[in-house]
Amino acid sequence: MIFIDYYKILEINKTATPKEIKTAYRKLARKFHPDLNPNDKDAKRNFQQISEANEVLSDPEKRKKYDQYGKDWQHAEQFEQVKQQQRQSSDFRGQQFSGGQSGGDFSDFFASMFGGSPGAGRSRQVKFRGEDYTAELNLNLIDASRTHKKTLTVNGKNIRITIPAGIENGQTIKIKGHGGQGINGGPNGDLYITFSIANHPGIKRLGNDLYSTVDLDLYTAVLGGEITIDTLNGKVKLKVKPETQNGSKIKLKGKGLPVYKNECNFGDLFITYAIKIPTNLTEKQRVLFTELSDSKF
Amino acid sequence: MQTEYLIKVDDFCARHNIEVSFIISLQQNGLIEISTIKETGFIDTEQCQQLEKYIRFYYELDINLEGIETINYLLQKINSLQDEIVMLKNRLCFYETNE
Repeated sequence: MIFIDYYKILEINKTATPKEIKTAYRKLARKFHPDLNPNDKDAKRNFQQISEANEVLSDPEKRKKYDQYGKDWQHAEQFEQVKQQQRQSSDFRGQQFSGGQSGGDFSDFFASMFGGSPGAGRSRQVKFRGEDYTAELNLNLIDASRTHKKTLTVNGKNIRITIPAGIENGQTIKIKGHGGQGINGGPNGDLYITFSIANHPGIKRLGNDLYSTVDLDLYTAVLGGEITIDTLNGKVKLKVKPETQNGSKIKLKGKGLPVYKNECNFGDLFITYAIKIPTNLTEKQRVLFTELSDSKF
Repeated sequence: MQTEYLIKVDDFCARHNIEVSFIISLQQNGLIEISTIKETGFIDTEQCQQLEKYIRFYYELDINLEGIETINYLLQKINSLQDEIVMLKNRLCFYETNE
């Protein structure tokens, strides 16, 4: 735990007036407030620092304590205890360090000096919305291809959520009311889940369309025939046209992923043929290929 | 028929300790919608989160209505750009793994 220079954080002098502190806080808050910097973790961390600095420096009692013991924060409590013993018991009025806010985002330094609760010492009864939580959920492509339910544990609570088919890699969904608990009866925050969808072996995704490369033996490619391929929904039989070229593509309409929140519609599956040249030819095959080669003109 | 959850403008203002005139100004600037039923103003609860954000801008960050309007426009733009980045990253990943 290190000493935090709140004056430096707010970019002000130690002699700053309350008005200057307020101005400095607002200036920095306008720059780093999470509402103004969606999905920016650095901005959130900066905002927590300036909020903490403001919490201390805008409160005359806390500022006095910080100025007096700041660098010697480790001994602050001992100093306070000695001082308190010297005071009359009636002087203890108003020393309430049981604020209603969570304070979980404040530093250990703050907790050590002020009891861990931002807003402590003030009798505020303002209702605050709880903190929004963010989480990342890993899925595979098969999971993303069907609507399914999943139970998550968030802060010790089990939540059962429905994951709609067709969800995109990197997409975020909001689960209302499953964030941090509201303060003083305020509403709960929300839970934001960002999905990370792993690639499926042999199948690639682009939007709702799927792409796959299928090996095709030379004989089927030349003469045509029927092959069976794997898709996300199981095996599919395919007719191969005679004289199919290497790298040629076919489209299987509606065999892609369901469209997000529109499960009646599907993307397509694009198959690219990779023709495999036979190896380890027998003598008979070599003779036949030579005959073929001679007959090409 | 879809159920709408509404909260009285007066109740919302009392709960957040703000002036009704602020809510009216937001409506006049097209930032929120107020439904009037039997001469009483109501806010759809779906708008509450956005409205609370505007309250933080106005009362905590000292940003005026014109500023809120501008920020709102820019945030919408950021959100759409972030969605586009996700989409482009997925597309890039598709082509990079193709090689």
